[in-house]
Amino acid sequence: MSDPQAVIRTTRVGKIYDSGEIQVEALKGIDLRIEPGELVAIMGASGSGKSTMLNILGCLDRATSGDYFLDGIHVNDLAPDQLADIRNRKIGFIFQGFNLLSRTSAFENVELPLLYSRHLEGQDLAALTRRALERVGLADRMHHFPNQLSGGQQQRVAIARALVNQPAMVLADEPTGNLDTRTSIEILATFQELNRQGITIILVTHEHDIADYCKRIIEFRDGRIIRDQKVAEPRAAARDLETGHWQASGLGERP
Amino acid sequence: MKWKNLIKVAFKSIVKNKMRTLLTMLGIIIGVAAVIVMVAIGKGAEKRIQDQIASMGTNLLTIFPGSMQSRGVRMGPDSGVQLTLEDVERLKRDATLVQAVSPMVRSGAQLIGGSGNWNTSVWGVSEQYLEIRDWTLSSGEFFSSADIRAQNKSCVVGQTIVKNLFAGDDPVGQQLRVRNVPFRIIGVLQERGQSSFGMDQDDLIIAPYSTVMTRLSGHAHVNQILVRAVSLEQMDQAQAEVTRIMREAHRIPEGGDDDFTVRNQTDIAATAQETSSVLTMLLASIASISLLVGGIGIMNIMLVSVTERTHEIGIRMAIGARGRDILVQFLIEAVVLSLSGGLIGVLIGFLATWIVNMATDWITVISPTNVLLSFGFAGAVGIFFGYYPARKAAALNPIEALRYE
Repeated sequence: MSDPQAVIRTTRVGKIYDSGEIQVEALKGIDLRIEPGELVAIMGASGSGKSTMLNILGCLDRATSGDYFLDGIHVNDLAPDQLADIRNRKIGFIFQGFNLLSRTSAFENVELPLLYSRHLEGQDLAALTRRALERVGLADRMHHFPNQLSGGQQQRVAIARALVNQPAMVLADEPTGNLDTRTSIEILATFQELNRQGITIILVTHEHDIADYCKRIIEFRDGRIIRDQKVAEPRAAARDLETGHWQASGLGERP
Repeated sequence: MKWKNLIKVAFKSIVKNKMRTLLTMLGIIIGVAAVIVMVAIGKGAEKRIQDQIASMGTNLLTIFPGSMQSRGVRMGPDSGVQLTLEDVERLKRDATLVQAVSPMVRSGAQLIGGSGNWNTSVWGVSEQYLEIRDWTLSSGEFFSSADIRAQNKSCVVGQTIVKNLFAGDDPVGQQLRVRNVPFRIIGVLQERGQSSFGMDQDDLIIAPYSTVMTRLSGHAHVNQILVRAVSLEQMDQAQAEVTRIMREAHRIPEGGDDDFTVRNQTDIAATAQETSSVLTMLLASIASISLLVGGIGIMNIMLVSVTERTHEIGIRMAIGARGRDILVQFLIEAVVLSLSGGLIGVLIGFLATWIVNMATDWITVISPTNVLLSFGFAGAVGIFFGYYPARKAAALNPIEALRYE
């Protein structure tokens, strides 16, 4: 009963952490459907279950109940090696702390997912890598090391790395958490541009101001979805950068 | 991940921590170098012993008078039938696999000649003795069969005699009084040095057995009979033939015990070689222990490296590395470490062996097998001790690894 239309479809996905005596039910039967081309913000306080959901959606963890289809593939029963291949081919990860390999050039960081790929025989990996870096505007910084790049540039390297394998979706976990406001808006502008080009992006955040730039907001609390609504008119990051409107957005107020 | 990339990644992480890499490799370097030097020294000792035994004449069979056995009670040597010149003649006449035969009559004597006097042993042998032992003369000549028939008082002296009585001058043509019997020196033996059992092999004079028997030892039997077989390959057959002829000569009935002993030099050679092989093995195993310790050093560093790079492993797993990719990455790192250490160890081993060769008078023999073996062993140590940390890395949970700072 797979549905080729949806990028993500979960039915009654549950997750119980069992540490012997104490059982914690982190997710309580999540039904979720995300279509190609969506730009979704997943919100919630810590302990709401959003991180657990992200791990399951990212195939880093497995649900204890329910079904999860990713791009039409039933992920539940896959072996660890198959999950690794799914992560490699279908998912592009972006993390709060950038998670680039230190003392490794931007080019080599972006190339890394290609090196672990098993479906790219005979392709020009260097060309793919270069194209991904060009897409995020870092063509001139290819051979810089992470410590020679600003936070925003590092995050763009991470975005290039997430895109290089042409995944079905990009999963971004607090992608602006370590960045100042202006750089955050820049990164959001990059996301919006990529989304406009057709890439599905799921963005986890706890800030409403960030979520305002997404087309759909899903909010978690106590292991359940308490809100799932389309945003009629998301804010345009590129325009905010031009007008300087972002300064009034309240994002600067973060500690 | 492709091998090329895996090796690249391994080299990169090794180069990143130069000091640590060097210290880790040091264990392997010392281990491999120690194995090479120790085995080279052991093999050198083996070769030295081999050469010495070869110089004793490996085609040599020595017949000793055997012990007498009477109703199962064995008596001491000399208690039974003695060896005689008749036995020598029989061997000369009947043996086909024998190239040369000589009796040996031993006697001790005080020498007077040149500048003083000296006590030494006198060996009475036949004109074929030099051939049997593969000995050569440094000057003069050896006595002939005519000298033996005529019981001529000619003798050949060893270098120790030359040094002590003639101050190193060539004594050929000089007189030498052996237990008051005047002998003429007709030749000087080539220097042979100490035997492997510590005896001075140059402290002797050699004379015709006939002269020694009548003038010095005074009895009709001989102490040993020396036989040179036609070839090393036919030693066993020659020994069987000599035994058969001796039994006939001594009229030993079928089933009776030999009243003589035939000793084969190759037995002695084999024993000596075995002893030195054991020595080599011992040295090699002591050195191998340091190689093992080096391996434990690699394991230690790899475990630290895995812990230190947990976050990196998490990132790699998130972007699609399989457990096997991580395992192979760390395994290759361990093997590259140990093989680089092995290579440096081989070079240092060569250097140290060369220094030992220069600084001491020990013979050293570097065998290619040994070098390859210790190098291969270093690689095996890398795989063995790298596997546990690598498997630990591969088994990490990606979520926890990503969270690890």
